Amino acid sequence: MIEIKSVSLVREGQRVLDSIDLLLPRGGLTALVGPNGAGKSTLLSLAARLLPLQDGSVTIDGLPVESTPGKLLAKKIAILRQDSGPPPRVSVRDMVGFGRFPHSGGRMTAQDRTMVEEALARFELEALANRSLDRLSGGQRQRVMVAMTYCQDTDYILLDEPLNNLDMYHARQLMLELRRLVDETGRTIVIVLHDINHASASADRIIAMKNGMIAADGTPETVMRTEVLEAIYGFRVPVIETNGMRLALQYASCAP
Amino acid sequence: MFVPAIPLHRRVVMSAGLCLALLVVASLAIGVEEISLSSTARSVPLADLLSISRLPRTLAAVLCGAGLAVAGQILQTLTRNRFVEPSTAGTAQSAALGILIVTLFLPAAGLGMKALVASICALAGTALFLSTAHRLPPEQPHLVPLFGMVYGGVVGAAVTYVAWQNDLLQYLDIWTNGEFSGVLRGRYELLFVAVVIVAVAMLIAERLTIMALGEAQATSLGIDYRRMTQIGLVLVSVMSALSVVVVGLIPFVGLVVPNLVSRLSGDNLRGTLPLTALGGAILVLASDIAGRIIRFPYEIPVGTVMGVIGPAVFLWFVLQERRDA
Ligand SMILES: Nc1ncnc2c1ncn2[C@@H]1O[C@H](COP(=O)(O)OP(=O)(O)OP(=O)(O)O)[C@@H](O)[C@H]1O
Ligand SMILES: [Mg+2]
Repeated sequence: MIEIKSVSLVREGQRVLDSIDLLLPRGGLTALVGPNGAGKSTLLSLAARLLPLQDGSVTIDGLPVESTPGKLLAKKIAILRQDSGPPPRVSVRDMVGFGRFPHSGGRMTAQDRTMVEEALARFELEALANRSLDRLSGGQRQRVMVAMTYCQDTDYILLDEPLNNLDMYHARQLMLELRRLVDETGRTIVIVLHDINHASASADRIIAMKNGMIAADGTPETVMRTEVLEAIYGFRVPVIETNGMRLALQYASCAP
Repeated sequence: MFVPAIPLHRRVVMSAGLCLALLVVASLAIGVEEISLSSTARSVPLADLLSISRLPRTLAAVLCGAGLAVAGQILQTLTRNRFVEPSTAGTAQSAALGILIVTLFLPAAGLGMKALVASICALAGTALFLSTAHRLPPEQPHLVPLFGMVYGGVVGAAVTYVAWQNDLLQYLDIWTNGEFSGVLRGRYELLFVAVVIVAVAMLIAERLTIMALGEAQATSLGIDYRRMTQIGLVLVSVMSALSVVVVGLIPFVGLVVPNLVSRLSGDNLRGTLPLTALGGAILVLASDIAGRIIRFPYEIPVGTVMGVIGPAVFLWFVLQERRDA
């Protein structure tokens, strides 16, 4: 369980997170949504100890993130960040293999290698395995980063906008894979999404943030409502129900 | 362009090894004192010439080259900037300051003491550079080497001023312009520490490669970024200080070699560090041999030779990088 208790954060004099309380029990696919600048990435970074806590506490399975050895945490929680910086001249296979570092310490066993190959297959990267990262397209690179995060083989996985740059096919494949990971291996996945319909279709729970606070929290049925979405995004979003799920029609031509 | 096929990399490493072996033989053979088995009228016995002068000189060039190239690679990893190296980060200048301090206050101190104080000064100087470099805007990568050059220049100027005040200018040239002609048995053995430094770098190669992806990525993979940075700083500082103490400053090796290797074989240091070490040894030894040949029987210091080659290659990299961007 990830336990976030009254976490606040001020950056450059501006309150970015305002006393956030959140319980993420083991298992389940949770979507984190909300407008740009709402504080989603900041919250994930705090949970993954990439930013120092100022106020409040975060524990993962009871381990406080600020005082638990980094090595131990790296086997519990993995994070894909929103921007991963300039691509290095490293092959896709090596890059995915870096995800094994917490387990291998740099000395990959046969088991580590099997895991890397499995990750390459799972995210359809075999054909690119020997290519250098700086010679890939944005979406291909994004899939490599997801595979690397997956390879860390942790109970908790935080993904900050993993659908960035992905085409319709690969976005769908990724959501399917995440769903499968949750259902078959009992992992806990938190995913930041802007495409709210992907959240509606795949997530067990949707948490919406706005201005550093939690604006809505519940199942897709409860959050995917015109009045809730309006409170989050500030405009009326028609919601339809079809094929057993609720879809937002936020498109320009869909007048409310 | 870069094709990360392993057989190619292995071939490159093998050719580099062969190249270094040939250079070592050449270095042992070339000098004012001629070596030929038939010559009878020699002033120095062949075995003595080799063991007292030629072999130490050759080993010193190999050790310095390998160590400095690896140090440059580490520094580039820590700064996440391809354009820095110990002589453009204030490391070498701070080391010279350390030697100056020892010379002033402990004139009787030996090489070991000089190396120790120089290492400590280099560490302090490089740590200051790094903490400032991390504060520069990452979207302007050329600010880091620019700042480094100015910073190194300021420390260097301070060294010159103090040396001038104390009538030590004639020594200054020995520290700031590397050359191997003075290397003799008994005066270069400290450089074998380079073997340890390269070995440690290879041991932590995977960590370093991940650190090049940034602090956040390294932290989330369980790497203690702070501690690894400290270890890296020590490796860079000790290597630079040793080379300054024993042979003087050799610029650009740490810049040129890692960049060439990155283009050739990529950035996964686990695979490329051996090539970086080999490349550094080749570049320095070749420059030293060139310095011996160009004005034979006079010598041009290796620091000067490198000072000509280095900027040209550096400029070429910057232009290439622009084309790739
Ligand atoms: N490095 C930083 N320094 C100062 N303020 C920052 C920094 N990073 C983010 N912020 C501020 O913190 C707030 C929250 O940013 P955050 O990145 O968490 O938003 P987000 O919800 O992830 O947005 P997006 O959907 O655009 O990714 C924003 O107002 C932003 O301006
Ligand atoms: Mg964000």
